[in-house]
Amino acid sequence: MKEKFSVIVIGAGPAGTTAALTLAQRGIKDVVLLERGNYPGSKNVMGGVIFTTILNKIMPDFLEKGAPVERNIPKRCFALLTPESEIFFSFKNNEFNRPPYNNIFTVLRGKFDKWFAEEAEKAGVMLLCNSVADELIKDKNGKVIGVQTRVTEGTPKEEGQIFADVIICAEGANSTIALKEGMREKFDQHSMAIAVKEVIELPKDVIEDRFHLEGNEGVAFEYYGDAVQGLFGSGFIYTNKTNISIGIGVVINDIMNAKLNPNDILEHFKEHPCIKPLIRGGKTLEYSAHMIPEGGYKKIPKLFKDGFLLVGDAAGFISTSPLHEGSSLAMASGMMAAETVIEAIGKNDFSSVTLSSYIDKLENSFVIKDMKKYSDVPEVLKNSPELFNKWPGGLASVLTEVFTISETPKEIVEENIMNKFNYEIGFVPFIIKIVQLRNAMKSFYYGFSKKIEDFVATHW
Amino acid sequence: MSVNLKESKKLSLEDKIYLTKINADKEPHLKIIDRQECLKCENRECTYACPVTTYTWEETKREIHVAFENCFECGTCKIACPHDNIDWKYPHGGSGVSFKYG
Repeated sequence: MKEKFSVIVIGAGPAGTTAALTLAQRGIKDVVLLERGNYPGSKNVMGGVIFTTILNKIMPDFLEKGAPVERNIPKRCFALLTPESEIFFSFKNNEFNRPPYNNIFTVLRGKFDKWFAEEAEKAGVMLLCNSVADELIKDKNGKVIGVQTRVTEGTPKEEGQIFADVIICAEGANSTIALKEGMREKFDQHSMAIAVKEVIELPKDVIEDRFHLEGNEGVAFEYYGDAVQGLFGSGFIYTNKTNISIGIGVVINDIMNAKLNPNDILEHFKEHPCIKPLIRGGKTLEYSAHMIPEGGYKKIPKLFKDGFLLVGDAAGFISTSPLHEGSSLAMASGMMAAETVIEAIGKNDFSSVTLSSYIDKLENSFVIKDMKKYSDVPEVLKNSPELFNKWPGGLASVLTEVFTISETPKEIVEENIMNKFNYEIGFVPFIIKIVQLRNAMKSFYYGFSKKIEDFVATHW
Repeated sequence: MSVNLKESKKLSLEDKIYLTKINADKEPHLKIIDRQECLKCENRECTYACPVTTYTWEETKREIHVAFENCFECGTCKIACPHDNIDWKYPHGGSGVSFKYG
């Protein structure tokens, strides 16, 4: 097929579909959305929560339009596990149970991405499934003018060529085109994580009873420490309507060094005494795997060139904040790339000079602001294995001391607690690490204390 | 839905892979670039880092067997291979893994 379109979007995930839909909504009618799977979502996996801040902007009535969200999430929990214990923090606010539901919902991407792309089709986008975008086609000046796709085995190469004025690439975490184009370095084992997950079926009322849920509300859990055998990563549980998403994600470097298989880590997590009762009797419906970019701001590739823009996971837009708002960053970047392309169509100029306004949009938004704020987090976490392999056990043994019932006088118990803390973790390393983390996250009056430090440095 | 809520049935990795729909290409989309490298490889990270154990060491043949038809297309192997020795690409359009839930 040698057709020419205004815009080609590669990849029908949250970033790509947001871009295509935004273009169609603003009157660009010949937009083609390429998907390498049989249907959008068939290659896509996430833990489970999608953040709908941006979806709310481009489609405020997404719930009325039947968006296949599983449960709204008013409650999030974070826990440290040791082989025998669990330290648990939970926050719930019932206000989050009312529209707009704090813009957080569990989803199954096989259903959600399919629905979302169908909405884009209704707005006029042409969805082409079963098409892998292999490489870019360029003119003699190097401007990107098309995409070489690979359809079914045996189809002649020329039949897979599609042309457009501009291409938005939302090809996902593997980001193969950006590598071929020299826009990013080869991934290193520290800046990518592998996540595996199971979808486990349980009766709806059993899920609601086990997780203390009312109506359509759900809960999201994240577990560190023994959940992933002390590695840099975490385990997760998300409640859906009639099933549970349970999985683990670990940085590839740690998988390599620990010589562990991701599925074995997941099985270990499922067997934990605090996890096992939550999934007991469930029937596994599916096992899946996907990579997550973890490099943060410092690993963002070059984001555009003549006739070409990168968005979503392909651009490394992930949230290194503890709330994991990667899907929000993906959709925001898709929307901003579409806005940039609309300007370029207006000027009939698709050069990198015009497309560079994409960067201004990103920098003026939470996408780059947040990624910059947390830019040092990946490095600090990489150099803090004790947070994952030693401290959960240390804190648990301190708390065991606190909660143990005995005839030991409390005066001695308290002394034991302090000694244990100092032995297992250490007051000085603890304070140093807290300060390091706070500085890496640029949090808790960071700007204010930085001003004091600068003032002291210049005046004394 | 009638289920025994007292206990879970433990599934092997093979059982789990079997649950997922995979329509493999005829030609492999994963290739070992230089098999000599694998002979020198100390840990053979590919044999354990892959979530579906696509790569297995065959002692009799002294080579890595690539069960590409089980591949979930995650991309972990190409990063975990310390010798950058895996030629990794996506299967053809519409082929490969197809997640129902995702």
